[in-house]
Amino acid sequence: MTLVKDSAPATRRARSAAPAAEKRRGRRENLAGYLFMSPWIAGFLLLTAGPMVASLYFAFTDYNLFNTPKWVGLDNFTKMFDDPRWQKSVEVTAKYVVIGTPLKLLLALGVALLLAQSRRGQAFYRAAFYAPSLIGASVSVAFVWRSIFSDNAIVDRAMSAVGIHAGGWVGNPDWILYSLVALTVWQFGAPMVIFLAGLKQVPRELYEAAELDGAGAFRKFWSITLPMISPVLFFNVLLETIHSFQIFGSAYVVSNTYCGPADATLVYTCYLYQQGFKNAQMGFASAMAWMLLLAVALVTAVLFWSQKKWVHYEEDAR
Amino acid sequence: MSATTTRPTATKPLSLNRRRTGSLAWHIGALLILAVILYPVLWVVGASFKPSKDIINSLQLFPGHPILANFKGLADGIADISIWTFFENSLFYAGGAVVGILISCSLTAYAFAKIRFAGRNLLFSLMIGTLLLPYHVLLIPQYVMFQKLELINTYVPLLLGKYLATEAFFVFLMVQFMRNLPRELDEAARIDGCGHLRIYWSIVLPLCRPALITSAIFTFINAWNDFMGPLIYLNEPGKYTVSLGMMMFRDSDGVAANYGGLIAMSLVALLPVLLFFLAFQRYLIDGMATSGLKG
Repeated sequence: MTLVKDSAPATRRARSAAPAAEKRRGRRENLAGYLFMSPWIAGFLLLTAGPMVASLYFAFTDYNLFNTPKWVGLDNFTKMFDDPRWQKSVEVTAKYVVIGTPLKLLLALGVALLLAQSRRGQAFYRAAFYAPSLIGASVSVAFVWRSIFSDNAIVDRAMSAVGIHAGGWVGNPDWILYSLVALTVWQFGAPMVIFLAGLKQVPRELYEAAELDGAGAFRKFWSITLPMISPVLFFNVLLETIHSFQIFGSAYVVSNTYCGPADATLVYTCYLYQQGFKNAQMGFASAMAWMLLLAVALVTAVLFWSQKKWVHYEEDAR
Repeated sequence: MSATTTRPTATKPLSLNRRRTGSLAWHIGALLILAVILYPVLWVVGASFKPSKDIINSLQLFPGHPILANFKGLADGIADISIWTFFENSLFYAGGAVVGILISCSLTAYAFAKIRFAGRNLLFSLMIGTLLLPYHVLLIPQYVMFQKLELINTYVPLLLGKYLATEAFFVFLMVQFMRNLPRELDEAARIDGCGHLRIYWSIVLPLCRPALITSAIFTFINAWNDFMGPLIYLNEPGKYTVSLGMMMFRDSDGVAANYGGLIAMSLVALLPVLLFFLAFQRYLIDGMATSGLKG
């Protein structure tokens, strides 16, 4: 991510001014900066930093919202690691992230490459493919999903026609998670739009030079397209992965608020919700939230560390 | 791969032929994907005109004899609550969110993009950090806080963050846009003696219209779709938003007694988002594209 860059002319002008005036102006700029920032600073302290500290504290307490939090040390964490439902929720979420995210990004990249080939109709298809990303998180679509993946509905009949009798996916613990995977893959349009914008920025000359050297389509993709769009790929991988760790609404509605059957769609946040808001185990739920934060931080760190090896930044990107 | 179509070559007849079959394959591929993408949307349109018992079982996308009973049923509301109440609530939530985001995020973005103050880089890194922070870490303590302040079952917990610029994505979007505005404009204004408030209001904001529109529409749609926030904070059906009110249409088996009503309600709830999309798709897609490119 780019940090704020100081503008050279402004700095030079400030230096040439008399020191006292410069100091005064600096102070005025500071004041103006913090005044403009004050809503954000208030929000950061009140709704982000404060709650993070509180949640870290709750994680080590027994707290049901009405008692005073009682310090229990690592109890919540040891209980959590021994809890078969917590283990199940980790497994379900990992499966969802590991299967859904790559599929979604592969499809997004594939379709972006396809659309990038033609100007005619590109804008139309781009818009149409993007639409699911806007409505995909809605309860409406979750109900539609629940319907078309139920017994005897279209997906079941199509699968029966090719000899797979799984019944409705939503009633089958072995299949229901894949209906959620299908729902996230269906929303491939958002990363696709970002890929397309990245593809547009690859300089044509590179391809022409490669063609003169006799490079084929695959070679051009592997040696030019992929390195050139690697920053965009990195951005998409990072955002989509973090996002899919946090799936809640569609799992909750598609599984009819039980996150089942047989806990088959007990995604992490669903279990967190059940523990925190159904069972009033605020301490346990806070401990769970911190484990989620650690997992997301770990994935983010690994991605940022790995980008040195595979993400290619142009020298003068801006 | 992406540069194969518009390339003049010496072997013209052959490549022209190949180009034509390529173009046909391209359109067939694109249309196939389009069919899969559109199916669920067309399904909900068709199903809302079917009698409840046919909704799942009939494979016909559109019914031979469309009925309006599902929509007429909606007019009666559910559990003595008119569905307009849900719509009013959602409109209040989404509208309030848009106003809050536009004010608070543009002020913050202006400070990051146009004011040189001590600690700016540090605060900017913190802001980017919150972009990656899972919301669920804040969920429990925020709930506890609002519960102690007796603000459960009001819209304050849902809206407060929007007025305090906690949506880092929009701040980031606006910062990127403001940085690309020609510097000469605000420097000239400064020399003429304009203060920051004046530059923000009269120069930067009007020029930022595209970024503001993008943020407004995304905010509206996100609030309209929001499910977890209302689920946790609202507990009186009269205050439910559309997404929460819809849950009242299902019974404990999940197969609603009034299945037709549920599906009709799903369609009606989707309409505002779809209309926004049709009207503003350029802003949404361009906004989305730039967020990735400059990240």
